[in-house]
Amino acid sequence: MLQSRSFVKKTKKGKVLKVVREHYLRDDIYSGTPLDRECPPDCYKLSGEAAHYLLVDTNVVLHQMDLLEHPAVCDVIVTSVVLEEVKARNASVYQRLRQLIASDTKRFFVFANEHHRETYVTAEPGESPNDRNDRAIRVAADWYTKRLPARKLILLTDDAENRRKAGELGVQALGSAAYTRQRATEQPELQDLVAAAVAARGEDEQQQQQEDGGSAAAGAAVGGGSGAGKHKERGRSAKRQRVYEDHRPMSDITAGIKAGRYHQGALRVNRFNSFEGWVGSESVGADILVSGRIDMNRAMEGDIVAVELLPEDQWRGPSNKLPAGAAAGGDAAAAADGDEEAEPAPEGAHIAQVDPGEHYGEDAAAAGGAAAKRPTAKVVGIIRRNWRTRGYCGSLQPPKAGAAGGSANHTTSLLFCPVERRFPYIRIQTRQASTLAHQRLVVAIDSWEADSLYPCGHYVRSLGPIGDKDTETEVLLIENDINTSPFTAAVHACVPPLPWAVSEADLSDPNRADLRHLCVCSVDPPGCRDIDDALHVRHLPGGNLELGVHIADVTHFLHPATAMDDEASARATTVYLVQRRIDMLPKPLTEDICSLRADVERLAFSVIWEVTPDAEILSSRFTKSVIRSRAALTYAEAQSRIDDPRLTDDISTNLRSLNALARVLRRKRTQRGALSLASPEVKFEIDTETHDPLDVGMYQVREANQMVEEMMLLANCTVAKFTLRHFPACAMLRRHPVPPPRQFEPLLRAAAAAGVSIDPSSSKTLAESLDRAVRADDPYFNKLIRIMATRCMTQAVYLSSGEVSAPEYHHYGLAAPLYTHFTSPIRRYADVLVHRVLMAALGLRPLPESLRDRELMHGVVDNLNTRHRNAQMAGRASVELHTLIFFRSRQVVADARVTKVRANGLIVFVPKYGIEGPVYLDDDAAANGGADGGGKKKKSAAAAAADSAYVYDEEKQTVRSKDGGAHYTVFDKCAVRICVEEATGNRRQLVLRLVPRGELPASEQMN
Amino acid sequence: MPAAEYVSPEGLRLDGRRPKELRQLRAELGVLSSATGSALFEMGNTKVLAAVFGPKPVEQRSQEDEKRAIIKCEYAMATFSTGERRRRGKADRRATEITMAIRNTLEQTILTELLPRSQIDIYVQVLQADGGTRCACINAACLAVAAAAIPMRDLVASCAAGYLESTPLLDLNYLEDSGGGPDVAVAIHPNYDNRVVLLQQDNRLAIETFEQVLELAVAGCRAVSGFMRERLQEHTQALAAAQDAGEQDDVGGGDGEDDDDDVMGVDDF
Repeated sequence: MLQSRSFVKKTKKGKVLKVVREHYLRDDIYSGTPLDRECPPDCYKLSGEAAHYLLVDTNVVLHQMDLLEHPAVCDVIVTSVVLEEVKARNASVYQRLRQLIASDTKRFFVFANEHHRETYVTAEPGESPNDRNDRAIRVAADWYTKRLPARKLILLTDDAENRRKAGELGVQALGSAAYTRQRATEQPELQDLVAAAVAARGEDEQQQQQEDGGSAAAGAAVGGGSGAGKHKERGRSAKRQRVYEDHRPMSDITAGIKAGRYHQGALRVNRFNSFEGWVGSESVGADILVSGRIDMNRAMEGDIVAVELLPEDQWRGPSNKLPAGAAAGGDAAAAADGDEEAEPAPEGAHIAQVDPGEHYGEDAAAAGGAAAKRPTAKVVGIIRRNWRTRGYCGSLQPPKAGAAGGSANHTTSLLFCPVERRFPYIRIQTRQASTLAHQRLVVAIDSWEADSLYPCGHYVRSLGPIGDKDTETEVLLIENDINTSPFTAAVHACVPPLPWAVSEADLSDPNRADLRHLCVCSVDPPGCRDIDDALHVRHLPGGNLELGVHIADVTHFLHPATAMDDEASARATTVYLVQRRIDMLPKPLTEDICSLRADVERLAFSVIWEVTPDAEILSSRFTKSVIRSRAALTYAEAQSRIDDPRLTDDISTNLRSLNALARVLRRKRTQRGALSLASPEVKFEIDTETHDPLDVGMYQVREANQMVEEMMLLANCTVAKFTLRHFPACAMLRRHPVPPPRQFEPLLRAAAAAGVSIDPSSSKTLAESLDRAVRADDPYFNKLIRIMATRCMTQAVYLSSGEVSAPEYHHYGLAAPLYTHFTSPIRRYADVLVHRVLMAALGLRPLPESLRDRELMHGVVDNLNTRHRNAQMAGRASVELHTLIFFRSRQVVADARVTKVRANGLIVFVPKYGIEGPVYLDDDAAANGGADGGGKKKKSAAAAAADSAYVYDEEKQTVRSKDGGAHYTVFDKCAVRICVEEATGNRRQLVLRLVPRGELPASEQMN
Repeated sequence: MPAAEYVSPEGLRLDGRRPKELRQLRAELGVLSSATGSALFEMGNTKVLAAVFGPKPVEQRSQEDEKRAIIKCEYAMATFSTGERRRRGKADRRATEITMAIRNTLEQTILTELLPRSQIDIYVQVLQADGGTRCACINAACLAVAAAAIPMRDLVASCAAGYLESTPLLDLNYLEDSGGGPDVAVAIHPNYDNRVVLLQQDNRLAIETFEQVLELAVAGCRAVSGFMRERLQEHTQALAAAQDAGEQDDVGGGDGEDDDDDVMGVDDF
């Protein structure tokens, strides 16, 4: 047993309490480098061959994280005082720093200077904690300098005073800009990574050069209103007019919120316009509109802001027009180029894959009557920024003619246009403008000053050429925060070696039933390699049936508190893109060991029921088991076996029995009030070599799909009930809240205009009224109205049962009092947790402590919900990308339906390709006039004129031309030509144009 | 804010210890001259004073046991022992529980059958509390009993271990104790094959982890016991030296008797 060698007491003064803590100083803390003779080899972390070691201070870590993350920056010493300060000041930077420290290639070494006998310093009288910490860093740097060969250690700090004091000690110190300049010949990229605002601060020697580069850009920028910001000399900033109001001081904001003058909430920015957003505020009771660049006052998506309501006569409604059209987009870009003051916001409307949870181009909050005035406010302060630390993807706006862009060593100031339209342009300084012009980049935001039109940022890395499939896929993965890095060695170490087979020990386990004799089979989409579930049914003597659902026994391999478990918990779900799958678990587990493949023995967790032929459940039991699947079928194969009465083999007859049971179960579920909704899913046929989409079509839902779905629902409900009974406080459930009535308003309005009545008072009445909503002349009408109903729904979420009261467990869509996810543990972490709870409920294994820890579970569940949503968004973005690639080489005229009518255009939905987007009525005129759709650019003025030629009736959801020639109502059939056009900001996008239905080829017509 | 890290990935605890290290131990015997035996015991910032009176005749006749000595115990926390100064009763639930734990442990340790019809009073006062007071109290009481030359089966030693962030931690301080994790307090007789005489646990712990934590706590007890034995011997030697010097100088005969007993007390085990 070691004894501490010596100690001093450190006294921390709390509020009133005097807290005395022990603080042990040690002499077994080493430098971590082979160059130090006293350091034992097992502590080596820094490389002996490195040209130099960096010792960083807190501000460098906080502001130059992107620089530190660059692969060329390695062999860095992080002192524990820096670690503590970073942890206290910025949790996400701390996480990133921890990742760097954990990485083997970066060689970041933590030097516990605070517990080292020779480097611990006590605060001198009158010394502020900050100064004391700076001194501690210098002392640590000095300690290293004395142990290492000359000029080996560089203290990296952007504080000039700190550098001076370090110099007095004989420690070599550099600022981050100076450091990157030193390495410029070898790594030119590094210079761009230095955060703009910080780099200039206190960088005397840098000042001049910044000026040279900066003035070239600023000189070109009209009115000098560019974002280069505060790091220009004072005289200059006087010339620049203030763009935004200053944010109120924090004390004022807190007092204002308390007094009810201000309202606090998270800002949700319009998906298509970075200068319109909503703040949900409990104090007002309704969502508050913030509209326009000035009123937004530099707030961005997700920021927690304080807003002040405007006088009622200044209240506005959200725009009832479509955002300025694609045709006008080019002009907007030109205007933004020519005049920095112009709004670059109308960047063209966007054709999107339909998101079932969102109304197109309209916030759910705005749904209650577009023309009505809404409480409108302006942002007076930002309480917490939500700037992404992972950066924003996008591309550079081409520099204006005449601006010096080429020379490699000059800093140019450019506008960066994020792919996500919620975010404003970002101004960055770069020395590699020419190389980056046609690349997708990642950029991080550093600051947004009141005199800067745009936020200031810095380059982080480039992803690849714009438009390239892999690059764009990378973009959508980053935008949705999906971790694609390969699994670490520690994770792989948790995977049993291949080839794996069921062992004797597994078979002889008394808790594991041997079900290999059962005729089990699985039904999945074609090409599915991670088979989670399999089914069986058999007749019991006495006329009843035994029904079994067998789920891959992932928790047999995935144990709590292992590296693999931590990783799976962080990833939370497998992400399916059109051409790619990003696994939650390592491939050997996903595709082989856990996957319930045909004709091999696999471990399973089985739910077995005894049911009557009328699907009345008599009993249910759960067991770990060994199964051997007889066949891994696709939905189509299963369907054809069900449909072909000549087939009388075991599998086919079983499938027929299963299907019969599923029908009864589904009927009962519908009677209880379960909704049958629709989502416009599409399916791509992908070229096996180029991975380009060859064809696209609606995803066909067969009865076999519904059969499997029904069985899984039954298993999930049974497990939910059982686990909740055993663990009322820590069962993992999935709930679907009842949507608030106002969310149904768009559906009701559209339905009323179509002469259909929808009753959303309960899920049962809604289901029944949806069933009645049919049109004889349009078989697709019912599906369309179901798609619209889907968009009125709230998102289903995971929860730990201790978090809310029992009535709130209800699942609205399924009309089930309890529901959970049990059936896909290979691809969802929630199911893994449910498996663990079920195991504990059966007494097979103790409940992991982490599941009882309410606070911890809250974090885990939150992460599951976010990741689940992100995975969906990424999947949809991938479909969108492939649709774009598909249409790149062709133009198609397709059958479409009007889903919404606006004053200057329509929103149409194209079922075959699952896309929804705006069409402009003036554009329609142009198309009718025989103009080629290609590069026709209309002036905004012309758009305005065309606009007035139409009369919009919001009540009836119709728009008609004044001459009476054209008339559109919601749900109307129409036809559109789909093609791809280049838009501003290097966004290539789909453009829809109305064409007469006569042009529609018969093959495209839907029945 | 990320949750507090009780053990950094570098393997250091908040106060700079590694997970399996005890705090600084200190002990002083014979600190009160009025008591038969007394001891001051420190585990880091936890500081406990114990005083033993007796063996003496039983005060209340009805309680007298003709086969063995009875042990009375009183535990109290000084008003100034915690950061927040507040008067604590001697009869609150916590105090009653710890009193019981101390008495139980010492009843199993003292050879009460050798002292029939007598009573031993043990007073334990916490002067400064920084986690692990229960263990420090037992250790202090044990040393005080030894200093009072009362025969014991073994030098009982006590130590706690906890489990935070999936790491077993020895000898939790107040900060770690408030981490909400499980905490296992153990007292053992090291010379009787580590026989466990006290085991208390807060919070749940899986059986596999419990064994790890218990093992660590027992190892901690052994270390504490080694330290206590050392201090006791030093103390006895100091007394013996003082006695030798006293005999030479011919001063203080009465004290000499006590010291002789003390030496015997140690030699007993």
